[in-house]
Amino acid sequence: MASTIIFYCLAAIILICALLAVTTKRIMRAATYLLFVLFGTAGLYFLMGYTFLGAVQVMVYAGGVVVLYIFALMLTGRKDVKDNEKASIAKKMAAVCASLGAAAILLFVMLTHKFINDGGLLSAPAEPTGEQATSITQIGQMMVDAGHNGYLLPFEAVSVLLLACIVGGLLIARKR
Amino acid sequence: MNISIYCFLIVSALMLAIGIYGFLTRRNTLAILISVELILNAADLNFAAFNRLLFPAGQEGYFFTLFSVAISAAETAIAIAVMINIYRNLKNNFVENLDSMKW
Repeated sequence: MASTIIFYCLAAIILICALLAVTTKRIMRAATYLLFVLFGTAGLYFLMGYTFLGAVQVMVYAGGVVVLYIFALMLTGRKDVKDNEKASIAKKMAAVCASLGAAAILLFVMLTHKFINDGGLLSAPAEPTGEQATSITQIGQMMVDAGHNGYLLPFEAVSVLLLACIVGGLLIARKR
Repeated sequence: MNISIYCFLIVSALMLAIGIYGFLTRRNTLAILISVELILNAADLNFAAFNRLLFPAGQEGYFFTLFSVAISAAETAIAIAVMINIYRNLKNNFVENLDSMKW
């Protein structure tokens, strides 16, 4: 019962803050609302029992990406150029139609589809037990395992990607 | 307590729709990037929910979300480097000014 209430609170926070993040006039506020959306999503991961994933979400997204946004906003903000975020009515209507159409199609497909074991209920205890449990030790071993259950190749690919990202970011943003 | 997978799917579908709306109406490139983050976040939530509620014995969705978070952090860093470079050249960040690839 308690988890149901927590779920609905988190869902309301996520949706309201997401709506505010795309409609607010000031970009700094949009970044702040994005932070709350990311915290809410981390809360949903914690609710599912994926504690490590929630911690990664908080550290990388809320701690890294949003700080990067704030710094970029402060670097590119100018007093004399105001945040002229007003789109024309026709453009807004078209965007509303596009997003509502996308939502309608997605919800129709998802809600009419018959999932295995009736969609499954997230039942108490929220922490997966037994062989379903994903401990930190298990995650670490799977991350560097080259066998059937291992994720060594994507792990190394991500490390190369991050190195390329560092070099590319320095190359693009440096002063000439 | 019983939270169906449909609840998670509705939340992520609405988050995706809101992200699409922001992507289409915003003019500042940083605000567009914020909308892209919303869309990516909705996809991540879907992966985790499918893994936890439909295949709790597997770990595929879990690791996909983990790698997706890392990749979106890299994407954000590169995109912000590009935007700072654009700002240095054009003195603002609005998409309607980005109509040529010339220096």
